[in-house]
Amino acid sequence: MPDLRFGDAEPTDEERIAVDEVVADLGSVVVVEGERLVYAGHARTAERRHLLLPALHAVQRASGWISPGGLDYACRQLEVPPAEAYGVATFYHLFAHEAPEATDVVHVCDDVACRPVGALGLIDELRAAGHHAKASPCLGQCERGPAVLVQRCGDHDLTVAPGSVDEVAVAISGRTSTASVSLPQVGSPDLRLLARVGVVDPGSLDDYRAHGGYRALEAALAMGPDRVIEEVTTAGLSGRGGAAFPTGVKWRGVADQQGRPRHLVCNADESEPGTFKDRVVMEGDPFSLVEAMTIAGTAVGAERGWLYIRGEYPVAAHRLRSAIDQARVAGLLGDDVAGSGTRFDIDLRIGAGAYICGEETALFNSIEGFRGEPRNKPPFPTTHGLFGEPTAINNVETLVNVLPIMLDGGEAYRAIGTERSPGTRLFCLSGRVSNPGTYEHEFGITLRGVLEAAGGVVGADEPHAVLLGGAAGFFVRSEQLDLPLTLEDTRAAGVSLGSGVVMVFGEEDDMVDTVRRVAEFFRDESCGQCVPCRVGTIRQEEVLARLRDGATLDAERDLLDDLAAVMGDASICGLGQTASGAIRSALDLGLLEGSR
Amino acid sequence: MNDVPVPTPRRLVELTIDDRTVRVPEGSTILDACHQEGIDTPTLCWAENLTPVNVCRVCVVEVENSRVLVPSCSRAAEDGMVVATDSERVRTSRKMVYELLASSVDLDRADDEVHAWMDHYGCDPGRMGDKADIATVAQPPKVQDDLYVRDYERCILCYKCVEACGDDAQFTFAIATAGRGFDAHISTEFDVTLPDSACVYCGNCIGVCPTGALVFKTEHDMREEGTWDEDAQAVTTTVCSFCGVGCNLELHVQDEQIVKVTSPADHSITNGHLCIKGRFGWQHAQS
Ligand SMILES: Cc1cc2nc3c(=O)[nH]c(=O)nc-3n(C[C@H](O)[C@H](O)[C@H](O)COP(=O)(O)O)c2cc1C
Ligand code: SF4
Ligand code: SF4
Ligand code: SF4
Ligand code: FES
Ligand code: FES
Repeated sequence: MPDLRFGDAEPTDEERIAVDEVVADLGSVVVVEGERLVYAGHARTAERRHLLLPALHAVQRASGWISPGGLDYACRQLEVPPAEAYGVATFYHLFAHEAPEATDVVHVCDDVACRPVGALGLIDELRAAGHHAKASPCLGQCERGPAVLVQRCGDHDLTVAPGSVDEVAVAISGRTSTASVSLPQVGSPDLRLLARVGVVDPGSLDDYRAHGGYRALEAALAMGPDRVIEEVTTAGLSGRGGAAFPTGVKWRGVADQQGRPRHLVCNADESEPGTFKDRVVMEGDPFSLVEAMTIAGTAVGAERGWLYIRGEYPVAAHRLRSAIDQARVAGLLGDDVAGSGTRFDIDLRIGAGAYICGEETALFNSIEGFRGEPRNKPPFPTTHGLFGEPTAINNVETLVNVLPIMLDGGEAYRAIGTERSPGTRLFCLSGRVSNPGTYEHEFGITLRGVLEAAGGVVGADEPHAVLLGGAAGFFVRSEQLDLPLTLEDTRAAGVSLGSGVVMVFGEEDDMVDTVRRVAEFFRDESCGQCVPCRVGTIRQEEVLARLRDGATLDAERDLLDDLAAVMGDASICGLGQTASGAIRSALDLGLLEGSR
Repeated sequence: MNDVPVPTPRRLVELTIDDRTVRVPEGSTILDACHQEGIDTPTLCWAENLTPVNVCRVCVVEVENSRVLVPSCSRAAEDGMVVATDSERVRTSRKMVYELLASSVDLDRADDEVHAWMDHYGCDPGRMGDKADIATVAQPPKVQDDLYVRDYERCILCYKCVEACGDDAQFTFAIATAGRGFDAHISTEFDVTLPDSACVYCGNCIGVCPTGALVFKTEHDMREEGTWDEDAQAVTTTVCSFCGVGCNLELHVQDEQIVKVTSPADHSITNGHLCIKGRFGWQHAQS
């Protein structure tokens, strides 16, 4: 008998059915003699606790909130203590823990790219029209703001972008999201990662094959794991999720953990403000990611792949689920991948509104059914990742780069880009450019070149400021327009490419408000675990609010400096460590001058 | 011959701390090494009877070739490590961590050593702004039964109570961290009262709380009345008589009344943890 105590609230029939669907594959619990049947402890999490996040989604979808009866029912099925499950549920923005005011919640992005295009006004208009509208951090639709996510009770969620009162009504009545935008460079022969986006039918495996799909997997299986890793190493592929770690080295590290169960995780959490490139790949060419994950998984010796996608991407998630199902039916996933005798399959996991879950160890905790709190490193994921087992975790863009490497070889790949930054890079153009959207360029193109390819700055020759790399990146100004966008050049200039964000601001934009919104983002998204970040980010936001309200910079500078130093030095993870970078750069560039 | 297995001696690792060469058994943390060398190191979320969670960050030290500071309480000592425990970077971070806490939490009942360290580093929480104008965790105490009070405006979120209630001692899991960021807090499910939760009143969470956020109702009431006086309290050690396990009890007595019960963290049976009978049984005996 379980030694946990549950509540006595009853689930509704809908909640019971929804949770039962999630736990359908689980048998009843087998208790080893002498074992404490407590999944809350890290013991046996791989068996059932990892279904907590899907079960919470099921309850939220069924009732529009995480009700006491629904939570308790999920806890009984999964042997999770209610207090812990409540702690997990309240970690995520997309789970409500109070009865909903309305069945649909309309989340409106009021983040840095959407504010200048009327996000705040839209929230008021939607409320006036009777919607339950809530401000949200970046929804990953920055090229077509103001972005809206309609979270529905009893039905699938909808993306509406650009959002308006009318478009929201149309989307709800038709139960359809706004169609994906076409790619500015669509059909260009220079595209390598985006070649099929906007060209191939994302819902058809046959069409994917007709456009060259699954030839890379065939090549990889013929080469065998060691050669695959060698080619990736030769190619000089580095991670596109932010830290630019060499992918070949990471894979080698995991492959070397012979005899232990291993995992391959695709990080599709994409929540860095200004970032939407991975979504464009997943919506436009979902099979390419499934194929790339299969190559990566079989190379590192993982039998299980996990695709963790942010909860705000309903269209991408739907297409990926369909792609995974089709690949499985076709024998391209499962016990015998493409007849090779190798086993590999993919679990799709959906986040629930938490930027921090993009941090790799937080992502593991989130999948395992714990709060998305980052772990202290070392140990690193290559030896202690998901469920404490060796794990290769890569960003979506990193993984799809593996396809051309398999087809053309590592040497050919190396010839593109620069010596130390081989390959192409996806850039997310938003803000005051003529043609915002996702672009693919060779490493080494200048910032000016990137802006020109997007039709230039709207209404000016040069940008007032550019946010490069996302909220965890830095602001730059016109002096940096000729900076070659490579890992080495950006590093030397003290900035970073981060997740490929190029967000353009004009003279007309309120930079003090923008910078304050960046500070708000970090306060809002801090997991709250460590003191420098939990309290530091709110103190930083308070300073910027004071500046907006007329305080002088001189009076606040020492405190900002010390906060930056201590968050950077003493925080557990990258969130706290980078939470003051963009703000400091704005200060150094005089972008907050108005508040002197 | 005796066949009691003799533990194989652990290999020693050699590292440098503050220019001294230090040898500790493999698996020791940097904090263990500091303790061995008598190097005073502040801690808030660490306790010898709990698994390190490394969240408070007051114990950070500088390790050569590490980009950021590392928590000494959880980082294993390694051969060749070069550690500085009192560098400018370390002092700046430790000082501000205390300031950040003190600016948001009421530390007036925190352990004496908290105040000693804050003096040592010259902390000035006031520079974060007037407490009336900035975010704090101020809230009324939760008084839900006659045994203990949860006064979360004194909570620094060190996770110790969660660990003591969970898989470090009690395995009851009545409380957990809920919410996120600055709103993160310790809670039962849906904030139900303790009597409605899984709590079995072992009081282990009270025993580990470093800031007086979790206190015996007696202590809470006496502090409210202004009659709490630690200087006038005597501590008597005894063995709990409720069952045969043999737990050590420390009875804190003021004016011939027991006012709270603790157990030493280094006691071989309890590790500082008790059950409801040992922790609160005196209330019945006394009344
Ligand atoms: C706060 C934070 C958020 C992150 N979010 C993401 C993300 O959304 N997607 C991503 O791929 N990497 C993200 N990362 C980086 C990951 O931790 C990790 O480095 C990456 O997934 C590794 O993949 P790569 O080597 O292919 O880049 C984030 C890191 C931090 C600190
Ligand atoms: S730095 Fe921030 S997000 Fe990272 S662990 Fe600490 S509190 Fe959480
Ligand atoms: S008294 Fe015991 S059971 Fe109750 S919350 Fe504290 S540690 Fe948990
Ligand atoms: S109540 Fe006490 S023990 Fe629990 S987290 Fe807060 S300060 Fe730590
Ligand atoms: S969707 Fe609004 S800023 Fe990204
Ligand atoms: S004592 Fe080490 S982080 Fe808290």
